[in-house]
Amino acid sequence: MTDTPKISLTGIHKAFGPKVVLDSVDLDVMPGESMVIIGGSGSGKSVTLKCILGLLHPNRGSIKVDGEETVSLRGNDRKRLQRKFGMLFQGGALFDSLPVWENIAFGLLAERKVNRNEAVEIAVENLRSVGLSPDVAKLSPAELSGGMQKRVGLARAIANKPEIIFFDEPTTGLDPIMADVINELITQRVKEMGVTALTITHDMSSVRKIADKVAMIYHGNIIWTGSRSDIDNSGNAYVEQFIHGSAEGPIHMEILKE
Amino acid sequence: MNFLAVIGRIVIGFLRAAGRLGIFASTAVSHMFTPPFYYRSLIRQMMTIGYYSLPVVGLTTLFTGAALALNIYEGGSRFNAESALPSIVVIGMVRELGPVLCGLIVAGRVSASMAAELGTMRVTEQIDAMVTLSTDPFKYLIAPRIIATTLMMPFMLVIVADSIGVMGGFLIATGKLGFNPGNYMTLTMDFLEAVDVYASLTKAAVFGFFISLMGCYHGYYSTGGAQGVGISTTNAVVSACMLILLTNYMVTEMFFAS
Repeated sequence: MTDTPKISLTGIHKAFGPKVVLDSVDLDVMPGESMVIIGGSGSGKSVTLKCILGLLHPNRGSIKVDGEETVSLRGNDRKRLQRKFGMLFQGGALFDSLPVWENIAFGLLAERKVNRNEAVEIAVENLRSVGLSPDVAKLSPAELSGGMQKRVGLARAIANKPEIIFFDEPTTGLDPIMADVINELITQRVKEMGVTALTITHDMSSVRKIADKVAMIYHGNIIWTGSRSDIDNSGNAYVEQFIHGSAEGPIHMEILKE
Repeated sequence: MNFLAVIGRIVIGFLRAAGRLGIFASTAVSHMFTPPFYYRSLIRQMMTIGYYSLPVVGLTTLFTGAALALNIYEGGSRFNAESALPSIVVIGMVRELGPVLCGLIVAGRVSASMAAELGTMRVTEQIDAMVTLSTDPFKYLIAPRIIATTLMMPFMLVIVADSIGVMGGFLIATGKLGFNPGNYMTLTMDFLEAVDVYASLTKAAVFGFFISLMGCYHGYYSTGGAQGVGISTTNAVVSACMLILLTNYMVTEMFFAS
């Protein structure tokens, strides 16, 4: 393991008009590490992820991947960087006009790395790796259950053999058993591929299963970082309230009370 | 003071929208001429936009040509100008009604479908997913749609619309109004000039460009879920129709103002 973080965020600030979503986010993710960012709804988890992916541009701050500054990257340089990334979206974000196999091999086909026959083989291989049968390859995403869509999304995220995989709320909307299956698959694939993983979630069972390290974001700042084993003894009142899901504590939900 | 502020806000909002549309259009055009080209996507769009619009375009212009012939015959008979019917039908259809009617129909059918499809892709994060797979949405989604509409409008739809419209007039004139078929065709061809056809095809290409541009622009920037997609679809159709009527005048002025 090198000393250079795989991903390094310094002073990331992002506002939408007058609303500040990220105040000043600092975070390092080391190579091969599985980092999970926890936090309530609207705390800035998804915006942090989108800033790293280049889907949103921070107003200020630095994002480095393998030591390379990425905020200002455009065109082919941005494309070269994107090849390092795989992403599992919260809702799957499968292309509903394409069959499952073409979804999985989309990146390879778009970059013309493989022909269509090879793409089908790669898609089937990736489907097997997430526990789905080859028959699924020809179905359309609309024919799949929520759990199957997540697994196809995972297959798509790993098909390009990325160096870093992002998981956006991987278990949201799934029953507890399917959620555990997805968590198990994520853990297996990440370890087998030796990739760096960055997950955002508010599902504590996911955190306990897939995290090496945990960071908590609150009001656009990382307020605590520690290893998974430290989370129950964090000594941080915000983290303790969050992991116990208690209404009482320093975190106040924005609910109007009469 | 408040009144001035309101006007200022409107002007700034308009300029911001115009600037965003200008940047979108120039980005889209630049991607139309630079590789990689996604031929499969282009052919699929050409089929959807061109071939599948043929029935509705054909039916509309057939009945319009027939109604035009009846109107001109009845109106012309007031000053003994019934014999001008073939020339007025062909000039009216080719110069004006063929491209404009075809444009308005395609705006309703294609622009709405593009805005709805891209809007849904936007709000379900499919466009973000495409970016993370190192694929530029302008290249994969927008350029093929604009190229396909700009080509299909003149080289398939308006040629068919003009021909079927003239045929509608011919059927009514020969079947109901007592014109000799041979004479009708001779008069039609004698009065049709090359510039009429060039103007018709130019209008069609311009309309095709703006129809697809509006559909893609409003869909690409959709926000806010199902309601946002609905608003984008409406805006796409309304703005495409307005641009068709505006550019119709400008192209007519360019070709025929003496």
